[in-house]
Amino acid sequence: MSYLKIDHVDKTFQRGATSTNVLKDISLDIVKGEYVSVIGHSGCGKSTLLNIIAGLTPITAGAVLLEGKEVRDPGPERAVVFQNHSLLPWLTVYDNVALAVNKVFGGRKTKAERHDWIMHNLDLVQMAHARDKRPAEISGGMKQRVGIARGLSMEPKVLLLDEPFGALDALTRAHLQDSIMQIHATLGNTMIMITHDVDEAVLLSDRIVMMTNGPSARIGEVLDVRLERPRKRLDLVSDRTYIAAREAVLKFLYERHRFVEAA
Amino acid sequence: MGQAVMKDATAGATVVALPGAKTDAKHGVVPLPAATRKPLSQRLLPALRAVLVNVLPPLLTVLLIALFWQIAASGPQSSLPPPTKIWEEAKDLIVEPFYWAGTQDIGLGWRILVSLERVAIGFSLAAIVGVLLGALVGQSIWAMRGLDPVFQVLRTVPPLAWLPLSLAAFRDSQPSAIFVIFITAIWPVIINTAVGIRNIPQDYRNVAQVLRLNHVEFFFKIMVPSAAPYIFTGLRIGVGLSWLAIVAAEMLTGGVGIGFFIWDAWNSSRLSDIIVALIYIGVVGFFLDRLVAFVGTIVTRGTLTN
Ligand SMILES: Nc1ncnc2c1ncn2[C@@H]1O[C@H](COP(=O)(O)OP(=O)(O)OP(=O)(O)O)[C@@H](O)[C@H]1O
Ligand SMILES: [Mg+2]
Repeated sequence: MSYLKIDHVDKTFQRGATSTNVLKDISLDIVKGEYVSVIGHSGCGKSTLLNIIAGLTPITAGAVLLEGKEVRDPGPERAVVFQNHSLLPWLTVYDNVALAVNKVFGGRKTKAERHDWIMHNLDLVQMAHARDKRPAEISGGMKQRVGIARGLSMEPKVLLLDEPFGALDALTRAHLQDSIMQIHATLGNTMIMITHDVDEAVLLSDRIVMMTNGPSARIGEVLDVRLERPRKRLDLVSDRTYIAAREAVLKFLYERHRFVEAA
Repeated sequence: MGQAVMKDATAGATVVALPGAKTDAKHGVVPLPAATRKPLSQRLLPALRAVLVNVLPPLLTVLLIALFWQIAASGPQSSLPPPTKIWEEAKDLIVEPFYWAGTQDIGLGWRILVSLERVAIGFSLAAIVGVLLGALVGQSIWAMRGLDPVFQVLRTVPPLAWLPLSLAAFRDSQPSAIFVIFITAIWPVIINTAVGIRNIPQDYRNVAQVLRLNHVEFFFKIMVPSAAPYIFTGLRIGVGLSWLAIVAAEMLTGGVGIGFFIWDAWNSSRLSDIIVALIYIGVVGFFLDRLVAFVGTIVTRGTLTN
């Protein structure tokens, strides 16, 4: 039995008389500890799929099962790292993570244990030094780190990342990708990440899910990335498997499912 | 106005300090200008200037008004007392706000305090109930459909129109006056809170959902801080309206408040006393407004800087 099962999921948005079928018959089995990327052109329904797994968006047909149990509503075992960090601006870095930790571990850990756990997660993303800063006082990359720390701190069964590095410059992005790889290696979380970036998908993933264009987007192809871990960005540049994987994704996106401007 | 000048002053300091400051190569940061201590005179001078710039113009305006008033009201058939006459007749009221010589013969400071107490009770109730109702209307589409039209109609009722009803209901002037304050101040609080709640970004709601915050946690941890700027706008309007309403209400209900003082003075033709009381009311209203605004800027500091 798979850890996370997406079983024939359909999603149709209904607004008044008009209805748009965004996702059609999406099925995917994810193994525990796997790193899966979802890639596809803008507007095809990637965020919708992620929100469905998170339980934030109701399903029209089909089901999502985590460890055999159906997902019906959002919960901390499926933590989300949102595209725009979504930190609460009135709380400090520490308090943003503390909000999650106190809620999730309130009954199970003592106050001191919770404090240690908050600091441990901030350490993981190298943000412990900014614990007393508010989100407005730190850079975009730092905010995203704190968002990741908040997600990790819930000790989720699956961590869902919606274009976590989308709004960042190339250097910061590379740095955070390395951090995420390291965290994944240490903790062995199951992670599902949405991305627009082919290199990012190949570098980080065990599998890449490629979606066709909407409306009624489907899973077009699933690519296994058979690269040894730990992966080193520089060594991969000339690696045959890496180059082949990269090419396969690019071909899918730009030859077979070219982005067509909606008329 | 004070804020604008303060900003100017700090901006000036930054500009002065920057050219001299060298970038710390190792950390790649520019040392903060505040770190360099300037001589006392240089720091004091801008502050002094700021005070002058802020205090001088309104002072001048007041002097001009007083002068004009003096000339206009000095004629023999003038019906209003000029400033000099007010000073003569109502000197004790001006210089001694806190004297006590019997239940109705007390300083205006005491009267203001009595009125302020009523406003404090009525306004606090309005703030609590208003935020709760506003949260309900902002959060639930059905509460909005049901309640919003009713609120929109009720809020146009002038404060004093509630007084007879509340006198009939409470049979006592003290709770009636407080009720009038409450019913006057609550509408802007409800309406602004509701708008603030409706404007909570979906992201924050998603965070709350993922964390499975319950209603109470959501209210205190997401709603109130996120809507705080709107809530304080409502509170600020509300406190202004309360102060408007208390004076009018006290004229009718009696007691020792500042409103009744004016009514009493009018009945015994003490025009000078009335004018002094008006100035008291204006100044206190101004400080009430500033107080709420000040609390607001402190509380919403975090929310606004994003
Ligand atoms: N609440 C909604 N109501 C109606 N339509 C929606 C809603 N949310 C999303 N859609 C539609 O669903 C489609 C997919 O949206 P989604 O946000 O999932 O795309 P995406 O793949 O994440 O795009 P991007 O890469 O730009 O983030 C879009 O056409 C969008 O208009
Ligand atoms: Mg998206």
